[in-house]
Amino acid sequence: MEDLYREYILDHYKSPKFRGHLDDYTLVYEDDNPTCGDHLHMELKIAPDGTVADARFDGMGCALSQASADILLEHIVGKPVEEVKAFSKDDLLNLLGISLGPVRLKCALLSLKVLKGALYGLNAEGAQK
Amino acid sequence: MTVSDFSRILDARRLRADFPALQRATRPGVPLVYLDSTATSQKPQQVVDALAAFYRSRNANVHRGIYTLAEEATAAYEEARQKVAAFIGAAEAAEIVFVRNATEAVNLVAYAWGRANLHAGDLIVLTEMEHHANLVPWQMLAAERGVRLEFIPVTPEGALDMAALPGLLAQEPKLVAVSGMSNVTGVQPDVAEIARQAHAAGAVVLVDGAQLVPHAPVDVQALGADFLAFSGHKMLGPTGVGVLYGRRALLEAMPPFLGGGDMIRWVKLRSFDVNDVPYKFEAGTPPIAEAVALGAAVDYLQHVGMEAIHAYEQAMAAYVLPRLQEVPGLHLLGTATERRGAVFSFWMDDIHAHDVAQILDHYGIAVRAGHHCAQPLHTKFGVPATARASFYFYNLPEEADHLIAALYKAKEVFA
Repeated sequence: MEDLYREYILDHYKSPKFRGHLDDYTLVYEDDNPTCGDHLHMELKIAPDGTVADARFDGMGCALSQASADILLEHIVGKPVEEVKAFSKDDLLNLLGISLGPVRLKCALLSLKVLKGALYGLNAEGAQK
Repeated sequence: MTVSDFSRILDARRLRADFPALQRATRPGVPLVYLDSTATSQKPQQVVDALAAFYRSRNANVHRGIYTLAEEATAAYEEARQKVAAFIGAAEAAEIVFVRNATEAVNLVAYAWGRANLHAGDLIVLTEMEHHANLVPWQMLAAERGVRLEFIPVTPEGALDMAALPGLLAQEPKLVAVSGMSNVTGVQPDVAEIARQAHAAGAVVLVDGAQLVPHAPVDVQALGADFLAFSGHKMLGPTGVGVLYGRRALLEAMPPFLGGGDMIRWVKLRSFDVNDVPYKFEAGTPPIAEAVALGAAVDYLQHVGMEAIHAYEQAMAAYVLPRLQEVPGLHLLGTATERRGAVFSFWMDDIHAHDVAQILDHYGIAVRAGHHCAQPLHTKFGVPATARASFYFYNLPEEADHLIAALYKAKEVFA
């Protein structure tokens, strides 16, 4: 099976470490990808020192969209918000370690889109801050 | 149904040789299994040749040219119109309007017929299984004119709930617009019966034939369609050309759609007189070469025989349906066994439709994943996306076997 379904991605899809909800969060955002129905909800707890203390995601969608969220959150927890804000599309693709066509790119990048929405305080429809 | 039973209906193996794209590999060493003909069909060499031949030797703009080349181009374009008219049993070629695709055909009716005939409070009856092309144009009209929309419900099996029809028709709709075949479930509603009842209630009937016309014999008189919309590219023709059939009296009474050259008889600085049908609806240079190639596609389909194509796909549906249903954790959107074509949309436990499609592509199998431009139907069944495998007469039962085997592989990957 090709890259996309190598163990690294599938492990994060089947056994995510960061799927769920926080009792207490600072930032929340959610968005979807209407062409395929992928949906992602993200909660972030920011510590007083400006680092990401904890994070969780919930949602449904393809293996890539969900694994990408888990991998992204694993990477950012413990890091300063300012550093996370600078995290780019290319950084995420490097983290995933796969090359993607334009359609699947949207799946992979939904997690980053939702993360940035939360960090920049956008108002997500249906998500209560 | 054995493999040899299929070949008694139609020699798909021989016909496949006419389709260059079906000879290619998905990747080196992985043959292409094309199961996305509902999105667009592959093209036989005869159609590719007709398109190229027009540009090589007969290219000129149509109508009004006095020179030989323009007369030849016009004759070729009008000959295509006659072929299409005969193919669907239209009373005359003037009832065939060349448009860009089925979507444009429906929009043309919504714009020209709808705006002239529908007023606030008037009712349009649609179905819950419509493609967005036969839904959104009516929603736009409803928003603009205060027209009401009601829907024939879809049953849990994916068929139309015909018992709901009399109640809807009792509200005296002005238009009943239904799909001849769902692009999601493959269900082929009894359009002739719907049209019979709709006409008795005084409604005009539009049939979205985008899927029906490529896959079953269609006679607009027997069907009772006042309007029939379909696309060339789903029936072996090129993209960029589609057809609106309209009964002459309806077309005559309609105002024009787009304004410009060809749709006029006389133009003054501040006014114009419209041309006769069908030219009244063909503003600007039409898709000439594409229409000519569509004529070649019609020739090809008639050579194979629409009865045989329909029978072959019925056999394919009967072959594939139980095999899909045997795959553990696979759920079909639409399980009707009667009146259906060989189109199968499904979802799998724990595997998103995109992942299904991606894994199938690994095995060379081209299927579509998403909502297939029928979001309301997916919402009704409570699934955001399905994978869809659709067959045409050039697909082989072995390809269905390959699909089923690959679905078991997908389950292994996600086990």
